Amino acid sequence: MIISSDDIIIKTIARIFVPFIQLFALYVIMHGHYSPGGGFQGGVILGASLVLLLITHGYEEMRRRVPEGAVILLGSLGLLIYSGIGLTCLLLGGNYLDYSQLSVILHVDPAHARAMGILGIELGVAFAVMAAVCSIFFDISTGGILPEDEK
Amino acid sequence: MTHIMIALSILCILGGFFFFTTATIGLLRFPDFFTRLHATGKGDTLAVFLSLIGLALYEGFSLSALKIVIIAVFMFMAQPTATHAISRAGIRRGIKPWVKGEEK
Repeated sequence: MIISSDDIIIKTIARIFVPFIQLFALYVIMHGHYSPGGGFQGGVILGASLVLLLITHGYEEMRRRVPEGAVILLGSLGLLIYSGIGLTCLLLGGNYLDYSQLSVILHVDPAHARAMGILGIELGVAFAVMAAVCSIFFDISTGGILPEDEK
Repeated sequence: MTHIMIALSILCILGGFFFFTTATIGLLRFPDFFTRLHATGKGDTLAVFLSLIGLALYEGFSLSALKIVIIAVFMFMAQPTATHAISRAGIRRGIKPWVKGEEK
């Protein structure tokens, strides 16, 4: 299991950097229409920021801030957003993930509805990818054995 | 004015190339782990900083230049920290520093 680093330089720099990395991840997600990036890439950057927190501040601190149940819940929420938007389009009479059908609900013209639908899908993908990266790294770093199991 | 900016940016980028070259020569020719880390850690940090500042000067005052400057500041903080972490890991692993007169 990874314990907290005893080096103040590494811990301080990681603490300063994590919010900026997450801000950049949100930029990559939101700017995915216009520039390289999107849900997968932004989600991986979000997950990487949490992995940085884990390897510098240790497993206990990480679990206090981001509990494992919350990670699994976020992953499920991302999947729910993705499939929810897709099925809503299906229910409104279009194909699966046919965002232009959302214009009926959102009261905007179909072009704007497409942009908003893609943004929603990318948010869902980002949540799911972040949760998957975090969950895999949790499992690898602990060997699948949680501290309360050892007691 | 633009000519001066372009000249400055070319100077900065050439300086960046110079430090990249010296860092690579150090990486290839220095005797042990810590001296190699020293060469790449310092040389590459300054080289990346100079190259990015040169690009920002070439771009002029714009949003792209601001983004490049932010990347440069990020690299300037992250790269020494990564070097520090790697060298600490080397010490923990029990790698002995090279002293003069030893075999490479």
